[in-house]
Amino acid sequence: MMRWLFTLFAALALSGCGYNDFQRLDEQTKSAWSEVLNQYQRRADLVPNIVATVKGEAAFEQETLTRVIEARAKATAIQVTPDTLNNPQSLQKFQAAQGELGSALSRLMVVSERYPTLQANQGFRDLRVQLEGTENRITIARNRYIQAVQDYNVLARSFPSNLTAMLFGYQTKPNFTPQNEAAISAPPTVDFGNK
Amino acid sequence: MALLQLIHRVGLLLLLCTTLVGAVFAQSVLPVPPLTARVMDHTGTLSSAELSQLEDKLAAFELAQGSQIVMLLVPTTQPEDIAAYANRVFNTWKPGRAGLGDGLLIVVAKQDRRIRIEVARALEGAIPDLAAKQVIDTVLTPRFRQNDFAGGLDLAADQLMALIRGEGLPSPTASPARHVDDGIQWLDLGVLLFILLPVLGSLTRRILGHKLGTLATGGAIAALTFAFTASLLMAAVAALVAMLLTFLAGTPLGTALLAASQQRQHHGGSWGSDDFGGGMGSGGFGSGGGGDGAGGGASGDW
Repeated sequence: MMRWLFTLFAALALSGCGYNDFQRLDEQTKSAWSEVLNQYQRRADLVPNIVATVKGEAAFEQETLTRVIEARAKATAIQVTPDTLNNPQSLQKFQAAQGELGSALSRLMVVSERYPTLQANQGFRDLRVQLEGTENRITIARNRYIQAVQDYNVLARSFPSNLTAMLFGYQTKPNFTPQNEAAISAPPTVDFGNK
Repeated sequence: MALLQLIHRVGLLLLLCTTLVGAVFAQSVLPVPPLTARVMDHTGTLSSAELSQLEDKLAAFELAQGSQIVMLLVPTTQPEDIAAYANRVFNTWKPGRAGLGDGLLIVVAKQDRRIRIEVARALEGAIPDLAAKQVIDTVLTPRFRQNDFAGGLDLAADQLMALIRGEGLPSPTASPARHVDDGIQWLDLGVLLFILLPVLGSLTRRILGHKLGTLATGGAIAALTFAFTASLLMAAVAALVAMLLTFLAGTPLGTALLAASQQRQHHGGSWGSDDFGGGMGSGGFGSGGGGDGAGGGASGDW
C-alpha cells in the first residue's frame, strides 16, 4: 500500500512542479525550431533557380550575384545539431549566416529593378513571389520559435518550476535577436551629394 | 505626515504607470477586429447589397464545400506591413474547419492600396503563393484600379473557390477529424478516474472514516478533473459521481454496483465526448477555429 501511495505522490508532485510542462514546452521549441530550419532550407533551395535566371541577364552586376552565391554556400555549410539550440554561440553563428544570405538576396532584388528585361521575365517574377512568400514564412516561423522559447524560459525561471529546472538541470534556451541589430542601432547616413 | 507623503508617492507612481501603459498602447499595432461576418468592411466601400451578395456567396460555398473564406477591408494596416497584419488577423480568427484548418482571408488596406491573400497551411497545396499572386494580378489589381471593389472581390472569390474545389477536401457532411483529438484525453481521464477512484476511495474511507472520506475523494476527483478539462461543470459532475460511488462502495450492494459499472466503462470506450462541431451553429456566424496561417499566400498592390 505504501508503495502505491508513494507512486501516486510522486506522480502528483512531479506534475505539480511543472515537470510535464517542461517536457511539453521543450518539444514545442523543438518543433518550432524544425519549422524555422524548414523555411530556411526552402529559401536556400530557391537560390540556385534565382541565380540561374539572373545569370541569363547578360550585363547583371556580378558582385551582387557572387555575394548571394557565397552567402548561400556559407549558410548551408553550417551543420545544425540539436546542440545549436542550446548553445548561444552556435545559434549566433547560424543566425549571422542566414542573415547574410537574407541581405544578399534583398540586395539582389533591389538591383534587379534596374533591369527591365529581367522584370518582364515571367520566370523571374514567379521566383520573386516565391522568395517573398518564403521570407514571410521565415518571419513567422522565427516568431513562433521566439514565442516557444519565451514560454520555456519563463517556466524555467519562475517559482516553483525553477526548482524542478534546477533539479533536472534544465537551462534557459538562447533566443533569436533581431536579424539586423547592427543596422538598427547604427544611425542612418544621409548623403545627397553623390549619384 | 510621513504616511501622507507615502500615499502621495504611491499615487504618483501609479499615475506614472498608467501613463506608461497608455503610451505603450498608443504605439502598438492595429487591434484585430472581432469576427462578426464573412465580409467585414471597415472602410464603407461596399454597399449593403454588395456586402450581402458576397456574404451569401461565401456562405453557400462554406455550406457546400466546408472551407471558410473571410474578407476584411480596412483603411490602413500601418504601422505594420499588410502581410504581418493579415497573419495576425488570421491566427486570431482561425477561419477554416477545426481539424482541417481550410481557411482563407483576403485583406484589403484601402489607403495603403495593398492587398493580401492569406492562405491557411491546409490550403497551401490548393492555392500556392503563385496562384494567389495570380489572382491578385489578374483580377484584384485591375478591378481595384477602376474602383470596382465589389466586382474584384467577387471574381477573386470565384477563382479561389474553383482552386479549393479542385483540391478534393472532405465534404462538410463527413465527420470532422477533430473528434479523434478530443477523444484521447477523455478516454485517458475516464480510465484514470476508474482506476484511481476505488483506490483513493477505499484509502480515504479507511483513514478518514466513511463520510469524511467520501467528501475527500470527491474533492480530489474534482481537482483532478478540473486540471484535465479546465471545466468547473465537469469537475462538479465528476465529484458528484465519485462521491456517490465511494459512498455506495461502503455497502455490499455498492461494491457489486461499482464492479459492474467498471466493467461497462471498460467496454464503453470514449465517453461523454461532446462534439462542438464547426462554427456554423444555429443562427450566427463564427469561425471554424481550425486555420493555421504560417505565412502562405501573396501580397500585391494597385
